[in-house]
Amino acid sequence: MSQSADTVVSITDVSKSFRTGVTALQGISLDIRQGEFVSLIGPSGCGKSTLLRIIGDLIQPSSGSVIVNGKPAHQARLDPDYGIVFQDAVLYDWRTVARNVSLPLEMLGWDRARRRERVKEMLELVELTGFESNRPWQLSGGMQQRVSIARALSFDPALLLMDEPFGALDEMTRERLNMELLQIWEKARSTVVFVTHSIPEAVYLSTRVVVMSARPGQIADVIDVDLPQPRTAETREDPRFFEHVTAVREALAAGGHLPSATAPELF
Amino acid sequence: MDDVATSAAPRTPGLGVARRLGTGVLVLAALVGLWEGYKWLWQTAGWKWPFAVDDVTMPHLYKVVEAFWQPTTTGGPPLIRSLLDATWFTGKEALAGFLLGALIGFLIAVVLSQSRFLERGLVPYIVASQTVPILAIAPMVVVGLGSKGVAGWKAVAVLAAYLTFFPVAINTLRGLHSVDPRALQLMHSYAASRWRVLWQLRVPASVPYIFTALKISATASVIGAIIGEAPASIQNGLGGAIVNFNQYYSLEPTFLWATNVVCAALGIVFFVAVALTERLVLRGAPENIA
Repeated sequence: MSQSADTVVSITDVSKSFRTGVTALQGISLDIRQGEFVSLIGPSGCGKSTLLRIIGDLIQPSSGSVIVNGKPAHQARLDPDYGIVFQDAVLYDWRTVARNVSLPLEMLGWDRARRRERVKEMLELVELTGFESNRPWQLSGGMQQRVSIARALSFDPALLLMDEPFGALDEMTRERLNMELLQIWEKARSTVVFVTHSIPEAVYLSTRVVVMSARPGQIADVIDVDLPQPRTAETREDPRFFEHVTAVREALAAGGHLPSATAPELF
Repeated sequence: MDDVATSAAPRTPGLGVARRLGTGVLVLAALVGLWEGYKWLWQTAGWKWPFAVDDVTMPHLYKVVEAFWQPTTTGGPPLIRSLLDATWFTGKEALAGFLLGALIGFLIAVVLSQSRFLERGLVPYIVASQTVPILAIAPMVVVGLGSKGVAGWKAVAVLAAYLTFFPVAINTLRGLHSVDPRALQLMHSYAASRWRVLWQLRVPASVPYIFTALKISATASVIGAIIGEAPASIQNGLGGAIVNFNQYYSLEPTFLWATNVVCAALGIVFFVAVALTERLVLRGAPENIA
């Protein structure tokens, strides 16, 4: 893949070995363009979360380089260009919902009026208007995760990094939040890197699915998901949706992680 | 997940207070019954094990209560009057010591949390400081500060602080390290400075730990103030009263018992004050109330 002007992330030959001798990632190269929604999928231990953290400069690769918006990942973090969402919301209990969303803005030195304005917008975006002065523990898991997304997007980061953000939620909440995330992505026009272990989730959300294999973590396949945008509840019933799900499943199976026969109960 | 987050049990304060009061009265009655029952049984049966009982070792509790209204010297004010003065005096020492110790403990923890090297190097000495009996350092503190013209009660406050800072330092340090690593990664991703991480994340996260320590320190500061008065030769406080009534114990044991009750009450007041502050500050965050 050649690097073009609208490349947001450019990963070149990244490897990561831990001191324990485990090779988590080997020879990863990947370019992500502006506005893409890229999912990393693979079995546990394939290094998808490690790769996400390397992109975000939270851990350092053993070799290779990560360029974000034309600068090293380290500089991108300092700017800051990353909004991060973890599997758990990781909200600060001692802050209200509004003040959790404004945390990054405080760190960036925004003045109070501007912060208030932005927090209002963000809570509207994630449909939590009215919960400004609630404490995080008063919200359900799904609502907490929406606060966490609002916080990550509050400062308009160039790149949204999401590490299995809906993995801890029940299936119904998860599907609803999938839809909401797509609406947010539409509006915010951000670039997303999304780690998941759910095949339908990856297909439904992504413009591209990166299938990884384990030990060492490598890119087994990259599948373009050219389902029409915007995606709706009907997308999940589109035959082409199933074709893509099957394609991803087969790519995973080729890596030896799934039985190759279709197993509908997996979704 | 959703259920867990929202099912924090609602508190009904009115009922809770009534139930607590009821429990308190019951426990108090049981303790009085135990004391008087033991005294009666051992005295009647003449048992000597584990220790013989008479009116000197275990006076009747009503006599201890009566003692509050008896004058300590002929024609003097009742005991309660002088004990209240002494409580005020010792309470002042203990409060000053508590605040000073808490502040020092907190600052030590903050400094140590910034460097593994400092923490590893200095924590053993902080622990060692607590193995030195307060009676051994009291004369140094009292004489040392006295030579600088510092009032005696302030020296006692320093002794109380010596007992107070330790739990605060150790627990705060633990709290500062207790932060969720992902919360740290978040701060990292905002390029937050060390200072910001400390004040916006580490310190707030350690507040529940600090309150646990303050509850221990609250009673320790009262003990420190009482014990510190003896080597400082301070007569006006509860420590002075204890030393004084000790000498007359075989004649008038109830005075010492009455003083003990007041000391305990002072300790409880300190503890409750901290516990109430904790409730106010952590306002119902379910997992934070210890």
